[in-house]
Amino acid sequence: MSETGSPPRAFPRDSLASRLIQAVAGLADRPMAWIQRAVGGRGMAYVFLAPNILFFGLFVFLPIGINMAMSLTGGTNLFLSERPFIGGDHYRSLMQCGSYLDPASCREDHFWKGVSNTLKFTIVQMVAMVGTALVTALVLNRKIRGRGFFRAVYFFPVLLSPVVVALIWKWILQRDGLLNGAITLAGGEKILFFVEPGWAMFWAVFVSVWAHMGFYTLILLAGLQAIPADLYEAAEMDGTKPMRVLTRITLPLLWPNLVVVLVLVLIKAVQTFDEVFVLTGGGPGTATLMVVQYIYETAFANQVQNFGLAAAASMMLGTLLFALTMLQLWIARRKAA
Amino acid sequence: MNRRHWLAGALVAAALASSPVQAQTTLRMTWYSDGNEGEVMRDLLNRFEAGNPGIKVVLDTVPFKAINENLPVQLAAGQGPDMARIVDFGGLAKFALDLRPHLANAPYWEQNFGPFLEWMREPGNTTAIPGYMTQLTVTGPLVNKTLFEQAGVAIPGPKATWDEWAKAAKAVADKVKAPYPVAFDRSGHRFFGLAVSQGAKMIGADGLPTPADEGFRRAAQLIVDWHKAGVMSKELWGSVSGTAYRGANEEFKNAQVPFYLSGSWQIAQFDKTVGNAFDWIAAPTPCGPANCSGMPGGAGVIGIKATKHPAEVAKVMDFLASEPILSEFYARTLFVPGHIGIAKKGVAYQGASAQAAAALKVFGDAVGALDPAAYRIQGNAYSRIVFNAAISRIGQAVAGEITIDDAIKRIDTDVAQQVAERNKK
Repeated sequence: MSETGSPPRAFPRDSLASRLIQAVAGLADRPMAWIQRAVGGRGMAYVFLAPNILFFGLFVFLPIGINMAMSLTGGTNLFLSERPFIGGDHYRSLMQCGSYLDPASCREDHFWKGVSNTLKFTIVQMVAMVGTALVTALVLNRKIRGRGFFRAVYFFPVLLSPVVVALIWKWILQRDGLLNGAITLAGGEKILFFVEPGWAMFWAVFVSVWAHMGFYTLILLAGLQAIPADLYEAAEMDGTKPMRVLTRITLPLLWPNLVVVLVLVLIKAVQTFDEVFVLTGGGPGTATLMVVQYIYETAFANQVQNFGLAAAASMMLGTLLFALTMLQLWIARRKAA
Repeated sequence: MNRRHWLAGALVAAALASSPVQAQTTLRMTWYSDGNEGEVMRDLLNRFEAGNPGIKVVLDTVPFKAINENLPVQLAAGQGPDMARIVDFGGLAKFALDLRPHLANAPYWEQNFGPFLEWMREPGNTTAIPGYMTQLTVTGPLVNKTLFEQAGVAIPGPKATWDEWAKAAKAVADKVKAPYPVAFDRSGHRFFGLAVSQGAKMIGADGLPTPADEGFRRAAQLIVDWHKAGVMSKELWGSVSGTAYRGANEEFKNAQVPFYLSGSWQIAQFDKTVGNAFDWIAAPTPCGPANCSGMPGGAGVIGIKATKHPAEVAKVMDFLASEPILSEFYARTLFVPGHIGIAKKGVAYQGASAQAAAALKVFGDAVGALDPAAYRIQGNAYSRIVFNAAISRIGQAVAGEITIDDAIKRIDTDVAQQVAERNKK
């Protein structure tokens, strides 16, 4: 704030820059006034929203519409006009199961195996990701030596492409990789990490957390830094124990950021494909086959490119994601209220 | 700028506009390489361009995966190149251009590529000339001779069975501590290299895939049993899911595999990369109860129906498929010829080491031993549906997720479902 109480001006009122800005802004005055006269004051909100609506319509809502239409058609042709309408056949074959808890009893067993793996991956990864990101953010929020360096180190993997991340870890974890080299050097036996289902899933989660944790740490760190310091000072003066400070001050005030992180982690985990695909190829067997890999393989990797079935599976995945996000937002709002 | 300058500028512009550079037709060819064939092809295309200044050919080199996964989508969308090097002839037949009306000498093509043209045609079409073969391939074993010698195990003879090879390779691996006694590429095509010798037919009289027969079942059982017995490592067949391809090239080059079932296309690569590190040989395909046949296959260049320049495409193809040019291509790439005339005359392979030349001879002889069932499977439009279903489900059985019986049932269902989907009009 300036001494007079009004916000400081970027440029003096009569400067050349100020006049230039006014002149440029003035160019829009006439058309805007004309539009306002045409649509009225209330309609102006939609005028300002129009570019975004157009963008989203073209690149989000239209593809969703095409995908939905695709899911109701069959055959292998690409264009909708050349594909026969088959109604809900693809949805019916996806849902045809003896028991939803046993993917092997389903007609599209790989889809349900993908759903089951994705669920496991999502739950474990969410807990691990949010937990490690929170602990890291709490540590990096303290006045420790080399804080800037560590912040950069934890954020660095976020800058890498998922394929690069997966390849690096594949080299580390393969039969003759770095980790097995260290194990044999220490007198142990080589472990075939990509042949054992448990190990493969563990590394899929680990690599995912390693690669993305920095991003979520940053969000939580921003939240921690926004908590007023006087609250901590008051707690310190009252002699409040650190754990109580964490549960009564830090976590409640960090809750909005935590919700953002939870929603983002959940969505990203359900959509997981590239890292796991490059790292494990969905194996061993189908132990790390994710639902997005199923969609990709159904649409593109088979000789018969079954776009309709893949579209139906992606519609189901999209619906699930939407429902989960709504549920999470509802819980967050209830908690905030 | 005065009037004279303007006039000079206009004359230069007019000259440029009427120059041959402006009139040039640019064609695109989508290509993949296993070895040096991309360089050889570029060299030959440069020669073509020098003789035909009106046509320029851009070679777009992509990974092999893109040929099978991205190219079909491009073509289905009416986009794509003017020519492409492909392996899935049956699957892409509907996008292939019939070159016949534009070719200078169509009978030459029929005479020299006749049996392979049938692979490239849509079912029911008996006349189209869609392209030519850049190579004929045949599956077969590559054997690390040095490992056998170090282990003191005799290399099985020409009529040895699969069991004999499996036992010998396991004995070698145990002695020299090689982690992969027997390695198979994780590929349906390679699986059928074993299945045909076990008597698998898989294609009915109507040209449609049949449910898995006894030969197929025997081959699947062998693969699973070998994994259980430690003859094969799960790292290739069991460590990935679905239709993912996994080769054992790196493992073979690193002398970790005594017996590697792959094929003739590996010769040039191993000749260059293995060098003098160890001795390797190609062996005749092991025998099963039905025969000693592997699987034929190959890659070819086809014209694409959606091209705007069919006459120019045919001109390029006429040049590339001509006997002297194609003979040079085979000689420099160390490929088994997919041209009947050249195959009869023989190819003077350039720069091949003694062991590469010997391997080419073994694979060349193996072509003559191929069972008719193998040709029928390879040439069938649905073959890749069966190949993909086979590796996906047998891979699950190898990983211990399902039994062989379940795998066979699933293969039959997958194949039937995909055939039905393809035939929905």
